[in-house]
Amino acid sequence: MADTGVVEALLLGLEKAEDGVDSLELSSSLGVEHQVVVGAVKSLQSVGEVISAEQRSSKHWQLTEEGVEISELGSHEARVFECIPVEGLLQSELMKLPFGKIGFTKAMSNKWIRVDKTSEGGPLIFRSVQTIVDQVREKLLNVLNGKDAELEEKEKSELKKRRLLSEVTVKSYWITKGSSFSTTITKQETELTPEMIVSGNWKDNKFKPYNFEAMGVPLDCGHLHPLMKVRTQFRQIFLEMGFTEMPTNNFIESSFWNFDSLFQPQQHPARDQHDTFFLSDPALTLDFPQDYLQRVKKVHTEGGFGSQGYKYEWKVEEAQKNILRTHTTAVSARMLYKLAQQKFTPVKYFSIDRVFRNETLDATHLAEFHQIEGVVADYDLTLGDLMGVLHQFFTKLGITKLRFKPAYNPYTEPSMEVFSYHEGLEKWVEVGNSGVFRPEMLLPMGLPEDVSVIAWGLSLERPTMIKYGINNIRELVGHKVNLQMVYDGPISSDGRGLPLFTA
Amino acid sequence: MPTVGVKRDLLFKALGRSYTDEEFDELCFQFGLELDEITSEKELISKEQNDSKAAGASDVILYKIDVPANRYDLLCLEGLVRGLQVFKNKLEAPRYVRVSPVSGQPQKLIITKETAAVRPYAVAAVLRDITFTQERYDSFIELQEKLHQNICRKRSIVAIGTHDLDTTSGPFTYTAKPPSEICFQPLNQTKEFTATELMSLYRTDSHLKHYLHIIEDKPVYPVIYDSNGIVLSMPPIINGDHTKISLKTKNVFIECTATDLTKAKVVLDTLVTMFSQYSSQPNLKHVFISSSPHSESTETVAQLLTRMCLLSKLTGVGDQIEVEIPPTRSDIIHACDIVEDAAIAYGFNNITRTTPRSYTVATQFPLNKLTELLRQDVAAAGFTEVLTFALCSKEDVGDKLGKKISETGAAHISNPKTAEFQVARTTLLPGLLKTIAANKKMPLPLKLFEISDVVLKDKSKGVYVGARNSRRFCAVYYNKSPGFEVIHGLMDRTMQLLGVKPLRGEGYHIQAAEDSIFFPGRCAEIFVDGKSVGRLGVLHPNVVTRFELTMPCSALEMDIEPFL
Repeated sequence: MADTGVVEALLLGLEKAEDGVDSLELSSSLGVEHQVVVGAVKSLQSVGEVISAEQRSSKHWQLTEEGVEISELGSHEARVFECIPVEGLLQSELMKLPFGKIGFTKAMSNKWIRVDKTSEGGPLIFRSVQTIVDQVREKLLNVLNGKDAELEEKEKSELKKRRLLSEVTVKSYWITKGSSFSTTITKQETELTPEMIVSGNWKDNKFKPYNFEAMGVPLDCGHLHPLMKVRTQFRQIFLEMGFTEMPTNNFIESSFWNFDSLFQPQQHPARDQHDTFFLSDPALTLDFPQDYLQRVKKVHTEGGFGSQGYKYEWKVEEAQKNILRTHTTAVSARMLYKLAQQKFTPVKYFSIDRVFRNETLDATHLAEFHQIEGVVADYDLTLGDLMGVLHQFFTKLGITKLRFKPAYNPYTEPSMEVFSYHEGLEKWVEVGNSGVFRPEMLLPMGLPEDVSVIAWGLSLERPTMIKYGINNIRELVGHKVNLQMVYDGPISSDGRGLPLFTA
Repeated sequence: MPTVGVKRDLLFKALGRSYTDEEFDELCFQFGLELDEITSEKELISKEQNDSKAAGASDVILYKIDVPANRYDLLCLEGLVRGLQVFKNKLEAPRYVRVSPVSGQPQKLIITKETAAVRPYAVAAVLRDITFTQERYDSFIELQEKLHQNICRKRSIVAIGTHDLDTTSGPFTYTAKPPSEICFQPLNQTKEFTATELMSLYRTDSHLKHYLHIIEDKPVYPVIYDSNGIVLSMPPIINGDHTKISLKTKNVFIECTATDLTKAKVVLDTLVTMFSQYSSQPNLKHVFISSSPHSESTETVAQLLTRMCLLSKLTGVGDQIEVEIPPTRSDIIHACDIVEDAAIAYGFNNITRTTPRSYTVATQFPLNKLTELLRQDVAAAGFTEVLTFALCSKEDVGDKLGKKISETGAAHISNPKTAEFQVARTTLLPGLLKTIAANKKMPLPLKLFEISDVVLKDKSKGVYVGARNSRRFCAVYYNKSPGFEVIHGLMDRTMQLLGVKPLRGEGYHIQAAEDSIFFPGRCAEIFVDGKSVGRLGVLHPNVVTRFELTMPCSALEMDIEPFL
């Protein structure tokens, strides 16, 4: 708390002053340290518009330590002059004095003294004038008394060269009356209290202003994971579009449902050890719907249902191998098979869950990621329907510019890669895959011939990384997550109207 | 997806015009290709090795084009150009026909029964009266390599051998013999080797060593002889030097040996059809009939198909179209494959977008619905959600938790590339502890949770694959004091959210338990309606230390499926 005496003196001084007062002048007139006046200024500033203070700086000349000594005792040359008696002084004696060496040189150049080198016992020094004027001391005394303006610049720099003067910058405040200037300061309350509310005191109290520049206190919060927030958003979109969620809580799947039922041939590279995690325990699945298995075998081996098939020796042993599912389409296959066992009604299904790939890991690929999948089964669906549904789906994500590229996928025909125009990157980027499931997949299941099934898929991680500006997937997924990123992440809904992909 | 590298100027010369990079990219997009990279040999070498090695390399511009995995007919310049020219109506779709040699008898390849033990199928063809240039020859070799890497699955399914027919004479014999009985001068060698010697010679060959495993442990090796007993090749390893092809070769004998006959035929057809344009006359044909898709006139569809190299004409019977499938299009096995081509030629992006008309009602999967609701409220209770891997090391769920891996019921992966993927997790706890270990710089306390699936072996009937997922809720509190009361409070709050009252019997209660994960006397089991659903407690210092942590920690893990 500032010295109340100084605060009062400041306010009184300010009342009398025409325009304002300088804090430095005030400190010297009050005889207190400048810092005390500054404290009073700060404290008055914090109570509102009582005063206004403008910081300014000025340059002052100040005596150095040596300068102070000279102002008290006289310059070296004057002291040399003083100590020389009429009979003279041996030069060697003079040089023993602390000021002797410099004083001698200066006094010589002032022609105040002379040297008699002819005397016995060494050179002898005599005064050569009667009286002297110690101008150096006088100048320093002027500076000391605040009259440095009387010195010429040349003189000041001369003294500066002799290291007797130095120039310092002094910071001070120019204080003027504020809009609510008053010489009496009422104590300001920091906060509203229950007592004030009850007693009604708040009407008479003045309150200390808040500093709105400061940040609030960090809260003790819980947080949802960004990827899971985006998952919630995708889930919401599917539900809004009337899609029913598939049960995908089965990470381990047989090769049969993951590949064979989808008409993916047994030598397909995706079924390689390099791409898929196989299980050693539990290694095999032996329980399959036998008649369906026979139809799958037939369509692979010799065709049927209007197909030539792949014409290779299909082995049940290969289909029995358990794996970690490589796509959630394995679940879609199970759901479509189940659907085919009942009287057909059109369905819309979706899922968002983990899938696994035994791939080489890098900044954008992990061994597990989340697949988003949508499936529609209905009579006579067309490619136009697939593009229409995709258009609706992506519009809900804030993506309206879509185009489609022919692609290849073993279980869809036609197959289309979905590209969207990324406003930020100014180019078309792939956002997903889609297609119409092949008859070789659907007909062996027992679905009616005039039923088509359209489907699409995308990864959950990619749009989330784009949205949150994350370049390394490990910062998002897995235990190496950056928790600060989780703490600071914005909500997943499209804040400030930014769509999911372009945010 | 295979990538084909073609010289840009050569491509444009063959296409009869030049394109800007953007124009060519757009053409690729429509046709279902992707212009992946624009580069040069020099750039490729400097990227892979260093600038000094690239100094002498060519800076002719190369287009790297991604081709769909089932379109073997687009794996070389010749096929790409043919496909695009027909698509652009610049060229008529070619018809391939097999022709007999002028001299009368076709060549014969006799397959003996011994091959059944190692590589049972072989097909062969002759490309006659061909004119190679350096570029054509390079493309021919390059196509064989692309086929070997893709459809041939690194020669394991199909291996190709090409020979100068004029250096040899048929009939040819494809047989199999013990390695010690096979002896010949292989390609680019100056003396004869036995097959056994060759296998050890090639063990250090950077290219060939990858193929040795295909036959090396077989009692007999495949080999092809001509009528004079000269070895043409020892598939799938190496050809003989005697019959090697050169720029001067006029008649090429092509043999494909295989473990899959269909793929052998595809490979042979592809090679022959792609290079038949350099020969006086070409090969084969199939016929197929497809009905017209919606809304386009039959004539239009026939025209669209013809642009995709599928020569089509109206049969005059209803909407029927007769479509000829050339031997280049092994990917066409169903009418739907033909319809796709019609759609590509029409332009996917020109198709009117419609929506399915059926009315459907959405339903959430109940377990996911519960999970979604619970996550929100656990976060509202001040805990932060994390997302950890479903796969981990045996140590994570075993040793580190003081448990034997055999007792955890973990499902084991047979081919993990690293220890991180040995098993599917049986508990969420290790993932959360590893998350803390990776975030030690964060201010304490750390309050984390995850609601996700673990995997447990299960031999019950109805669990078809022998393992099932189980949805768990796990939470940890990590601070300078264990904070059991915080975790206990979270458990109480969770029960409140799930509508379960604190009551023995018809409600929930906890009672002391022992578990190697927890500090003795600081562990309790959670019971709901008398059934155990999980545990909570203060972690054992050994567990804390094994996860490279230094502070006390309390944790909770429970099954949430019983609350459905």
